[in-house]
Amino acid sequence: MKHIKTLNTQTLNHTVKKGGCGECQTSCQSACKTSCTVGNQTCEQKR
Amino acid sequence: MIHQYENNGYRIVLDVNSGCVHVVDGIGYDVIACLADISQEHTEESLKSEGIWEKLLKELKEKYSEEELKETLDDVTELVKAGQLFTKDLYEGFAGEVKKRKTVVKALCLHIAHDCNLACKYCFAEEGEYHGRRALMSFDVGKKALDFLIANSGSRRNLEVDFFGGEPLMNWQVVKDLVAYGREQEKLHGKHFRFTLTTNGVLLNDEVQEFVNKEMDNVVLSLDGRKEVNDYMRPFRNGKGSYELIVPKFQKLADSRNQEKYYVRGTFTRKNLDFSKDVIHFADLGFKQMSIEPVVGEESEEYAIRKEDLPVIFEEYDKLAKYMIERERQGKGFNFFHFMIDLEGGPCLAKRLSGCGSGTEYLAVTPWGDFYPCHQFVGEEEFLMGNVDEGVTHPEIADDFRGCNVYSKEKCRNCFARFYCSGGCMANSHKFHGSIHDTYDIACDMEQKRVECAIMIKAALAEERK
Repeated sequence: MKHIKTLNTQTLNHTVKKGGCGECQTSCQSACKTSCTVGNQTCEQKR
Repeated sequence: MIHQYENNGYRIVLDVNSGCVHVVDGIGYDVIACLADISQEHTEESLKSEGIWEKLLKELKEKYSEEELKETLDDVTELVKAGQLFTKDLYEGFAGEVKKRKTVVKALCLHIAHDCNLACKYCFAEEGEYHGRRALMSFDVGKKALDFLIANSGSRRNLEVDFFGGEPLMNWQVVKDLVAYGREQEKLHGKHFRFTLTTNGVLLNDEVQEFVNKEMDNVVLSLDGRKEVNDYMRPFRNGKGSYELIVPKFQKLADSRNQEKYYVRGTFTRKNLDFSKDVIHFADLGFKQMSIEPVVGEESEEYAIRKEDLPVIFEEYDKLAKYMIERERQGKGFNFFHFMIDLEGGPCLAKRLSGCGSGTEYLAVTPWGDFYPCHQFVGEEEFLMGNVDEGVTHPEIADDFRGCNVYSKEKCRNCFARFYCSGGCMANSHKFHGSIHDTYDIACDMEQKRVECAIMIKAALAEERK
């Protein structure tokens, strides 16, 4: 593609089928404690 | 829905519903903007319509040739076909399912000590006392809390326990005894405890360090940055600053953990809006994992962030993002918690729709064994959910928290960052609007900016690798 470079091809809707095991870290257990930072957590299955 | 923006010379398009990020050239940026003006959702068919081509010609033919426009539209069509651009939001129904799911408790924030040896001016725990009395958690209360967690965690294997305060090192023996009890119980019940400690470092010594390195999955080390910044907000009760005592201990601990599995974590306020300097100060001290968060305070407080401060704060985030790229290029990169984003392996949609889990998966336990939805609600009696002896006696509070997601909040519906913050902090919402079903607007503005910067860093580093 000449005009567009895509950084990631894994789409959110792909995670609907497999996701939700709940084994991942609770967001406030990492470093925040006063905000909500779900998006920067890591999927436990991909650790 | 798409969000497009320019930052540090990069033109970026985020396809919100798929999470795909595209870096585009000038014509790509203009064509996508023109198409977004017609609709935020497109299909291969809709892009073939006469109206689309006519609009592109009308708006852009002065700037680009027909051939270039055709070529760019083909690129866009290919991405639309692949489900990576102009995708529909199909998740509201799924959010309903997530909301109805039976949840288990998987994390506890144990308030090991409602007491502190510092007197930080912005402390939401009011110098450790949380609108109440000074108290230390007994081993018996802590043990019952761990038993409750095991009994209410269903089939979940990984259980998280944060030793929090006040200052947890003021009740260190109980921390050690609870870790020993947890290790014994996890074997019996097929669980695995991930212990974490949040400390101000005043009582940190070699014995604590050794134990922490053996047992704690993560350590959060509280420090605000430059000496003058830290000592202004984080003094001892006698007014003396804490920086000199704490920094060498934190440096030693971070090194002893191979610069992993810890965060040096600070708070910035209206008194240090130039907080990028504090992050850089952390990096210069040798720290590799760091976080500096905006203070959350009533507008009447002189240190509280105000709406008019946002332009300066945004500039700081931009400066920091550029600096981090530079450091990475020099092989001296570091992690800034609020810029961490994993575009390929981030959380699944269910996680993004269930948010932080407060009140459902995550509970705070006071020194005397009461449950609250999270550490920030402790002491607010309307949120008292139960206790270690009786369990959750107010399930209606948990139901209210469970029902809170980006589709239950009107402000989130049209926000491009909704799948990154998951609707934001409910405690902040309650503090500023008296309801957990709203959002703390200043925090939203900052979160949007941080997401933009985090993605830009990814774009810059992806370019480097080529």
